Amino acid sequence: MTAQQAGSSAALDAPPALQEHFESTIARDQRIEPRDWMPDGYRKTLIRQVAQHAHSEIIGMQPEGEWITRAPSLRRKAILFAKVQDEAGHGLYLYSAAETLGADRADLTERLLEGRQKYSSIFNYPTLSFADVGVIGWFVDGAAICNQVPLCRSSYGPYARAMVRICKEESFHQRQGYELLLTMMRGTEAQREMVQDAVNRWWWPSLMMFGPPDEDSPNSAQSMAWKIKRHSNDQLRQRFVDMTVPQAEKLGVNLPDPQLRWNEERGHHDFGTPDWDELKRVITGDGLCNTQRMERRRTAHEEGAWVREAATAHAAKQAASAKKGAAA
Amino acid sequence: MTAALALGDDALVLSHRLGEWAGHAPVLEEEVALANIALDLLGQARVLLSLAGDEDELAFLREERAFRNVQLVEQPNGDFAHTIARQLYFSVYQRGLYEQLAAGGGDFAGLAAKAVKEVAYHQDHATHWTLRLGDGTEESHQRMQRGVDALWRFTGELFQPVEGVEIDWPSLHTDWLATVTGVLQQATLTVPTGPGSGAWTAGAGRQGIHTEPFGRMLAEMQHLHRSHPGASW
Repeated sequence: MTAQQAGSSAALDAPPALQEHFESTIARDQRIEPRDWMPDGYRKTLIRQVAQHAHSEIIGMQPEGEWITRAPSLRRKAILFAKVQDEAGHGLYLYSAAETLGADRADLTERLLEGRQKYSSIFNYPTLSFADVGVIGWFVDGAAICNQVPLCRSSYGPYARAMVRICKEESFHQRQGYELLLTMMRGTEAQREMVQDAVNRWWWPSLMMFGPPDEDSPNSAQSMAWKIKRHSNDQLRQRFVDMTVPQAEKLGVNLPDPQLRWNEERGHHDFGTPDWDELKRVITGDGLCNTQRMERRRTAHEEGAWVREAATAHAAKQAASAKKGAAA
Repeated sequence: MTAALALGDDALVLSHRLGEWAGHAPVLEEEVALANIALDLLGQARVLLSLAGDEDELAFLREERAFRNVQLVEQPNGDFAHTIARQLYFSVYQRGLYEQLAAGGGDFAGLAAKAVKEVAYHQDHATHWTLRLGDGTEESHQRMQRGVDALWRFTGELFQPVEGVEIDWPSLHTDWLATVTGVLQQATLTVPTGPGSGAWTAGAGRQGIHTEPFGRMLAEMQHLHRSHPGASW
């Protein structure tokens, strides 16, 4: 019996005391841990969210990985290597967190490869110049931080703890991305144009990273009630815009939104509406790079099969000879 | 500064090749490991090239004929076994080299003492994968043997003395051969018997004579830097 099945059979005949204990743990802002009883829906929602978060880290290695071999200075090359390595590491933490819920990493990988689980829409956009690397650091990691800092207080302990480690590294990458852009903006005219062009291409996709608007986000209310999520999509999007506008001013770039302005009354920036139809197309597989990203992941997986089989076969031989040695 | 260039170019070029694996590794743990090794090598390259001049000018503005790396490190990645064979040959070489340099107290002793710790880890990684692939499945055994055989002809060049590197080259070779032979045998692989280098290729990379894939690798590595002369990044 998998833990998932255990979860659902427990839910059927869960004594009210378990349900109450779960709810009071959440209400007191305490953490749910792997061996605690939890409602089946909570487990399923978390597996989906944590796995898709892990998949995003893995697919997210591709757009930046594109530039490792072309980075224009050795320092930037080293920064990119370190970043892509961190992303693989984040994927590993998150798969481990998902496994504490009874999921299996190999199975989650299959789900990704078969398109049954998603990854962040943002990674379906192409990196067309080196400025994109900086803008990804600034916008994409910035948006990820807005999303993830509150997740450090998520009600599920292993997920929250993974987020603490991940956020530390993400904020480092965000600063490095911004610093690349600062350097480029102080450089040649061609470099400044590259930065503005990258900002124009990535701004709206970055706003869409927070997901659909609240009225169109069916899972949000339950996730917030369970304190898996702490803020709504629109709240986080607003926070991101408010954080980014002054950074854009300091950098000397324009954010491509004619409706963007400070609203004194609300104490926030007003901004235009992202193209939600585009988001739907990207999420359902019809973005610029969906096919390419999945194909690359599948190829790596398939071409690596013989390596994984070899490792398994070798480990079995080692175990057998160790057993023989112990028996002798 | 021939020495700093030779050792720096080795590390730079192999780091670049490993970078081509990003997003293609057979398992997530290897994405981390290969990037980690590449990053160590890039760090070594930056220290060494900075001893010889400006690291970016040296990396991005020299042409093929001015690079001093051995031909082994510029060889394309091939399959995972091929990459591991290259990594085994090179990391055992680099470890022996840096151990001697660290002990010798010369110009490179400081950086060698730091690098040797990294390289010991690289050697460990390559050794374990050689064992897993050599003594894994029938297919992995064949692939590993092919990688080991194909790259053997580039190993002789590793032991051509480099001007300014004050070590005992014959003993570096003897120790290398003993270590590599031990690993290959334990991995149930046959130690290649052919020449470690063709007569005309001995030390060729060190003299700026490279194999064909290298030019294309440099074209990719240098194009952005060259497209914006004088720009800082």
